[in-house]
Amino acid sequence: MAENLIRLDIVTPAGLLMSENVAALNLPASMGSMGVLKNHAPLMTSLDIGIVKYIKDDKAHFLAVHGGFAEVKENVVIILADSAEKSGDIDVARAMAAQKRAEERLKQREADLDVLRAEMALRRAIIRIKVSQMS
Amino acid sequence: MASTRDIRRRIKSVISTQKITKAMKMVSAAKLRKTQGTLVAIRPYSDKIQEVMDHLLSGGEDYKTPFLTPREEVKNILYIVIAGDRGLCGGFNSNVLRFAEQQIQATPEGVNASVLLIGNKAREYFRSRPQYEIMDVFTNIGDTPNVSQGKALSDYVIKKYLDGEVDEVHMIYSKFQSVMTQIPSAAQVLPIQVAEADENKEVHAETEYIFEPGGKELLDVILPKCVDSSIYRLLLESKAGEHGARMTAMDSATDNASELIDKLTLSLNRARQAQITTEINEIVGGAAALE
Repeated sequence: MAENLIRLDIVTPAGLLMSENVAALNLPASMGSMGVLKNHAPLMTSLDIGIVKYIKDDKAHFLAVHGGFAEVKENVVIILADSAEKSGDIDVARAMAAQKRAEERLKQREADLDVLRAEMALRRAIIRIKVSQMS
Repeated sequence: MASTRDIRRRIKSVISTQKITKAMKMVSAAKLRKTQGTLVAIRPYSDKIQEVMDHLLSGGEDYKTPFLTPREEVKNILYIVIAGDRGLCGGFNSNVLRFAEQQIQATPEGVNASVLLIGNKAREYFRSRPQYEIMDVFTNIGDTPNVSQGKALSDYVIKKYLDGEVDEVHMIYSKFQSVMTQIPSAAQVLPIQVAEADENKEVHAETEYIFEPGGKELLDVILPKCVDSSIYRLLLESKAGEHGARMTAMDSATDNASELIDKLTLSLNRARQAQITTEINEIVGGAAALE
């Protein structure tokens, strides 16, 4: 088991969020969800707002990742994200509030509304809530 | 000679000033530590972005993107000037502002220069110099700029650049050499300057990557992030410099106050001694007159 591990590093502007050896992981790549196992071919991909799932000690862990970039090389996966949160660190109340706010903003459709931004905020909030419920 | 009461009063006031400078020094030291911590924390991120970008560019393909290609005709240059929000930090603000003015004056003839000011001190300086065109002002950055502030600034600049309002963006900041020394420096932010190919890149190119969605699309994602992270880093570096400069300035102010207190105490003792001597002389003189 131990020899089939890959290292997962998650780096954000706020610092190194985690660096762990995991058995398998799943990335929210912009072309669709993607699984990575040991000896994966070198790859670079941009990431969507989504959920990173990884298996460690036969247990699934989840993270919310908000856009960014991933590099797979020699059994090391590096995720460069604008921001990322472990499921335990998510402030659910805040995410709920953000979701409500974004939904309202999209519903009202005021003239100066930045639709793209509001939609992104909504997606981030939804992902956060989802991740927090997963574990 | 000043009366002993006057001297005592002065000593008291110097002591209370010293207490303030000492406290400010300690506060700045704490803030400096915090800012430096953030600076260290973003390093892996910005290094990695740089690495990925180098990698994409070393692929041999010539990607055409406005982020990299210099404009054929540079008509408008934007200077982002970073200074502090507050004073009491020695020559920190005036050094960087004077350097900024020199840089702007060195702009080639026929090119329009505008400035984007960060920090109250920068605003004050350029307000009294109306010959410069001020594009915008960002103040109240706080003691440790956070990621979203850096992002807001960089979004603003990127938009101006992509809209064609400016053709080049330079940043004038204080390079954090050490706690004691900050060097005013200039760095070009846009278009992004790519280091010339060197031997290291050959090593990189050995691994064949799968690019998803494609090299060009990836570059489009990574380049704005590269601008974000370099702007944020320079913002932090300037802030760290400001704290360092304030710490040094307050340290020497505290030392000067100690020196002043010593001097004043000496003259106080002398004045008191002189007074006692006069009194004894009077008593002795009085006793001699009685005999």
